Amino acid sequence: METTARKKRKAFVEEHTCVACGCCVKVCPMKAIQIWKGTVAKVDQTTCVGCGKCARECPASVIEIREVTV
Amino acid sequence: MKKHWHDYLWILSLTYLLLGFFNILFAWLGLLCFFIPLLFAGIGGNKGYCNRYCGRGQLFGLLGGRFGLSRKKDVPGWMKSKGFRYGFLIFFFIMFFQMLWNTYLVFAGAKSLGQAVTLLWTFKLPWHWAYHGTLFHAGVAQFAFGFYSVMLTSTVLGFFTMLLFKPRSWCVYCPMGTMTQLICKLKNKEVQ
Ligand code: SF4
Ligand code: SF4
Ligand code: SF4
Repeated sequence: METTARKKRKAFVEEHTCVACGCCVKVCPMKAIQIWKGTVAKVDQTTCVGCGKCARECPASVIEIREVTV
Repeated sequence: MKKHWHDYLWILSLTYLLLGFFNILFAWLGLLCFFIPLLFAGIGGNKGYCNRYCGRGQLFGLLGGRFGLSRKKDVPGWMKSKGFRYGFLIFFFIMFFQMLWNTYLVFAGAKSLGQAVTLLWTFKLPWHWAYHGTLFHAGVAQFAFGFYSVMLTSTVLGFFTMLLFKPRSWCVYCPMGTMTQLICKLKNKEVQ
């Protein structure tokens, strides 16, 4: 069963310091990020491909690309 | 990625700054950058303005990104702290009300029109060439000088942090950005 486990890169937002500017949303090629009710960026983990564009763009540098096992 | 009409609003922001060099009364148009974001936040409960229509953010993104005028380094930790962001918002408000008070004094005739733009709340730049007399009261022009000062100051600050840090570093401590996020948080009862 464990043989099918793979590592994938995904974006994670440090929510309490996100300023909800939406710069990340604009650059995401997968449209995987949304600004939730004007307060914080939320990443849809199923569509994010971990390209890191959002993390480079984020003016507050609050997005981290982490490896997750799926 | 596909471009939309609202990806070109940076042209308006740039035009606004340039118009202020020719006729200060155009500064009044800047009120749009105050009311539109507040309407988005207050009525819609979202940051639609920041997320889509803010020309100033786009301008920094373009200059720092496409034109490479940014070091693209992380902003320092304190700059994104709540203390600094809210502190700057409060400071900005105090200075804004002081500007309104100044305008009031001119309207009331207690003060004469100061034809200067104040940069960074300190430096008075002569700006008389952009004032050609007006059909309106001198107070109307005083507000224009004051408001343009606010807009120019924030552009200069944003420009410097664009050079030093990431292109849109200004968005981290932009008072409108902080205020609209706060309104959205309150509206959506997400304040911890
Ligand atoms: S770019 Fe960064 S600060 Fe702005 S909304 Fe996205 S995660 Fe938040
Ligand atoms: S890592 Fe790439 S795909 Fe994932 S949210 Fe960021 S920009 Fe979108
Ligand atoms: S934070 Fe300020 S500069 Fe940035 S998009 Fe919002 S209103 Fe514009």
